[in-house]
Amino acid sequence: MFAKILVPAAKGINNKTGSWRSGKKPNFLHKNCTGCRMCYLVCPEGCIFGSKKKYDVNLDYCKGCGICVEICPVKDIVMIEE
Amino acid sequence: MKQFLEGATSIAKTVALCRPGVIAAYPITPQTHIVEELSAIVANGELKAEMVNVESEHSAASCILGAVATGVRAFSSTSSQGLLLMAEVVFNIAGLRLPVVMCCVNRAVSAPINIWNDQQDIMTLRDAGVVLFFAESIQEACDLHIQAFKLAEDPAIMLPVIINIDGFVLSHGYEAVEFPSQEMVDKFLPPYNPPFKLDPQNPLTFGALVGPEWYLETRYAIHKTMLDEVPNKIKQIAEEFTKMFGRTSYGLYEKYKLDDAENIFVSFGSVAGPIKDVVDSLRERNEKVGLLRIITYRPFPQEIGDILLKAKKIIVLEKDISLGATGALYSDVITSLYISAHRNKVSCLPKILGYVCGLGGRDISLEEIEDLYRKEDLVESEFVGLKKENLGSFI
Repeated sequence: MFAKILVPAAKGINNKTGSWRSGKKPNFLHKNCTGCRMCYLVCPEGCIFGSKKKYDVNLDYCKGCGICVEICPVKDIVMIEE
Repeated sequence: MKQFLEGATSIAKTVALCRPGVIAAYPITPQTHIVEELSAIVANGELKAEMVNVESEHSAASCILGAVATGVRAFSSTSSQGLLLMAEVVFNIAGLRLPVVMCCVNRAVSAPINIWNDQQDIMTLRDAGVVLFFAESIQEACDLHIQAFKLAEDPAIMLPVIINIDGFVLSHGYEAVEFPSQEMVDKFLPPYNPPFKLDPQNPLTFGALVGPEWYLETRYAIHKTMLDEVPNKIKQIAEEFTKMFGRTSYGLYEKYKLDDAENIFVSFGSVAGPIKDVVDSLRERNEKVGLLRIITYRPFPQEIGDILLKAKKIIVLEKDISLGATGALYSDVITSLYISAHRNKVSCLPKILGYVCGLGGRDISLEEIEDLYRKEDLVESEFVGLKKENLGSFI
């Protein structure tokens, strides 16, 4: 007897890990954004996307660590309860 | 053709006949001669295999895990501390359902450091999901290696097998050993054709993380294979082996003079040899005694309880101890007896005397074994041949 222990190789992106999030999520206000891209660069999950002065987060992968909120020089991102 | 050879050399020659593609090992007494001989066979060009000299037993086990995962037959061998270092990987090999075959030359475990024989080392891997064979003689050790590859690689089994041989007694002892021809082994053991393997053309993930919703079934599958499929397959392979090579292979266990036996010894490994001598000499004096020798210790044969239920007295003799509890074989015998009694609706169980002997290579004599036969008091894993003068304070 065998259990299903072998799976076809897949990219990690197929595994949506957003359900592991801490309970809080970043909220992008889109008011004071200067387009410095710091949030995009520091996100450990690489799940912030966008361009120019409009960025957002892909909640399928965001873990709610809040680093983007800390780094934002114009406080244009806030953590909110889910 | 029979050859008078050392146990380790005989095993190496037999393994070479099984054509492993990868051999990885790290030297440790008393196992060293096996891989020493195998590396000579490979270096001489008699066996086309990759001989990997690794930096530790953990790496040796990892190396053969990887080799078998790619669909290559692989072999390793170790003892004692080496087996303990392999432990983590052996659990993985079983969990990944990879048919690795290894030889464990049983040796005591440190501390204090001791290179002599007992069976404590393998008991740490008793629950790993590995099929465990115990050989009594060098010939049997060789025969079991050939069968082990066939069993492990069966598409319905796919589990690792460890053949246990007693350190020095079998590894360094000399015996006239019958070697089959390469043609016969090739016929008995076709090339390894795995149902799944690591292949860049068809990528698969082995051993991915699973959560509580998956893990239970992985364990159940190994357990069910061990209980339902392995014993039958072992019997079938042993019969096939006996027919093909003309040498009896007992498979799960050997019943030695058990037909009318009232008192039964239960043991495994090379100590079964002296026990048979004692049984023979007691039989000459019309004592109804026999030996049930366990060859397959995991999975534990379910018939053991049924066979022993007919006895009046059972004497379990083993070279291992679960410190703070009892010997491993003793507890297995009791468990299977209780289950058999329950199943057969028998309320009276035979008397069971459990003895631990030979730890760290302490000899056990025929007289001592006969003394155990004479005893009537129930004991749970009593140490045989204890020297009181060696006990006391720290210094």
